[in-house]
Amino acid sequence: MGRVEGLEGVSLKSSLSHFTCRNNQLALLGLQQDGFEDRISKARRQYGAHRIGVLIGTSTAGILETEHAYQQKNPVTGRLPSTFVPVGRFTQDAFSVAHFIRQYLQLTGPAAVISTACSSSAKVFATASRYIEAGLCEAVVVGGVDSLCLTTLYGFSALQLTAPGPCRPCDANRDGLTIGEAAAFVFLEKSPVPDNQHSTALLGYGESSDAYHMSHPHPTGQGAILAMKGSLKSSSLSTSDIDYIHMHGTATVANDQTEDLAIAAMFQAHTPCSSTKGWTGHTLGAAGAVAVVLGDLCLQQGFLPGCLNTSTVDPTFSSQVLLQNREQPIRHIMSNFFGFGGNNCTLILGRR
Amino acid sequence: MKIVVHGIGVLGPGIENWEACRRLFKDQCPYDGSVMPDPMPSTLPANELRRSSDVVRWSLQAAQEAVQYSQLDPKIMGTVFAASGGEVGILHKICQSLDSSMPIVSPTLFHQSVHNAAAGYWSIASGSQRPSTSLACYDSSFEGGLLEAATLLSTDQEEFVLFVAYDVPAPFPLYETRPLIAPFAIAFVLGKHALPMSMSMLNITVLSEHDAKSPTAMLHAELDSLRLGNPAARGLPVLHAIAKNLTTSIFLDYLDNLQLQIDHQPCQPSQD
Repeated sequence: MGRVEGLEGVSLKSSLSHFTCRNNQLALLGLQQDGFEDRISKARRQYGAHRIGVLIGTSTAGILETEHAYQQKNPVTGRLPSTFVPVGRFTQDAFSVAHFIRQYLQLTGPAAVISTACSSSAKVFATASRYIEAGLCEAVVVGGVDSLCLTTLYGFSALQLTAPGPCRPCDANRDGLTIGEAAAFVFLEKSPVPDNQHSTALLGYGESSDAYHMSHPHPTGQGAILAMKGSLKSSSLSTSDIDYIHMHGTATVANDQTEDLAIAAMFQAHTPCSSTKGWTGHTLGAAGAVAVVLGDLCLQQGFLPGCLNTSTVDPTFSSQVLLQNREQPIRHIMSNFFGFGGNNCTLILGRR
Repeated sequence: MKIVVHGIGVLGPGIENWEACRRLFKDQCPYDGSVMPDPMPSTLPANELRRSSDVVRWSLQAAQEAVQYSQLDPKIMGTVFAASGGEVGILHKICQSLDSSMPIVSPTLFHQSVHNAAAGYWSIASGSQRPSTSLACYDSSFEGGLLEAATLLSTDQEEFVLFVAYDVPAPFPLYETRPLIAPFAIAFVLGKHALPMSMSMLNITVLSEHDAKSPTAMLHAELDSLRLGNPAARGLPVLHAIAKNLTTSIFLDYLDNLQLQIDHQPCQPSQD
């Protein structure tokens, strides 16, 4: 599994210490990277705190705290520890991570947590885009934060979906996913920043439901195809405009197979695609925002990542899966995300 | 954002459906909150119904009723499912089984534990492949869900949206972290334009702190406790306005500093 070292040592400032839990510690560490906080401070002065929204994707929020609290139940009364009960709202509650980020960044606009399993922090981009279009906000802090907990570790293992070693997306012998944890944030604004030569834009999004099974993808990739088609329509692009497909590619047998079928049904076989889960692990509810950050780097640097750890592409696949990194200019990236409950989202990123 | 209500479903203590709710408000029938519904939504296949959580049964019962009133095909509706706690009963069972020398999570419990479980079961039961969002905003989950539904419509992403808000109290001991008063579920089929069977028009505005009014309360004390005791029941004032065919403005607290103003206007003439 992919564990962020030293996370337990991250401390929240005293006025927000009631939010302390692994998930919010991870969120804080993420917010402190790459000058993100400074950018938000500047935007707060520019737009006003009430014109900036906060939309965060997470699948399990601070459930690790609940797991620990059950392990520390009073053996006589069966009650949870008195240290946990009053702060449950700020730690285990699904909204806690957005609540924390809103307070930490001193933002007062609309906010929500979207929790649709592994598509959560891709969906926040779609919702943020609608919030801006509908005039609810000028800009939105979007992101994904998901931290390791026993529920997901034991749960994916019970479904026999976890690999014994590092995951191998699209490999002929792939044997499941590697769970990771991550926080990733993006500041989404209505218009490009005029003096920024390197502005990456969300050009479109597509969303769909499989309406098939709670934990198994539609066998012909129907839901995935609907999401990809939706993203092309909303960005007014065609398949030939897409230079790289950033696959969901979890490295489970079923996911990669149906994703390949869906891509092959829509694209010519020469469109390069790959999964970056070999590099990051599957960060579940944070996977969307992580992929957007990686996508931004790929666009800036003209870089197509190969599937790490994959030695032989599944011979039944028709898509052109990259095993080696490649350098070439790219204009448009399509990124796929599929979650439990048959919840799909596809994002298209490009340069402006 | 202007939206139209095409169908309503509701389920709560002493409120078995929209007709009962309408009578309660319109005809001022006596309220008996001790009668607790035990929903068995027919939309779920029998094998799923047997192992489904309370949360799934409550939310899908309300969803199913709203769709019936709308007389529209659920396959054409995007969905928004809003809950503060979500699958708290499943979480309780998982945490119980993790608290053992041989921790284990059953595969069924695991896929039932996701916040979008109810939405997933709904899409499978209804066959709708339209987009679906499941969200959480603590006490403002009704308001957050309504905003998501309204923006889907106002940005022309969807022509019809099924919006469901629901929350069920967690079992002991988890209950103590979030002592909700009772289960409650509320559902609306929403659209952009009035149709012959449409019920109401809502115009939704987000108000900032300094424009906020006092939030619209229920006159009946027990119903007002219900409103404050379950995030989904924050929608009761909207149901009240619809039942009574009132042209009025409703103010709902949204997050800790904002408010939604909902201007309500009936589509049908009063039957009085």
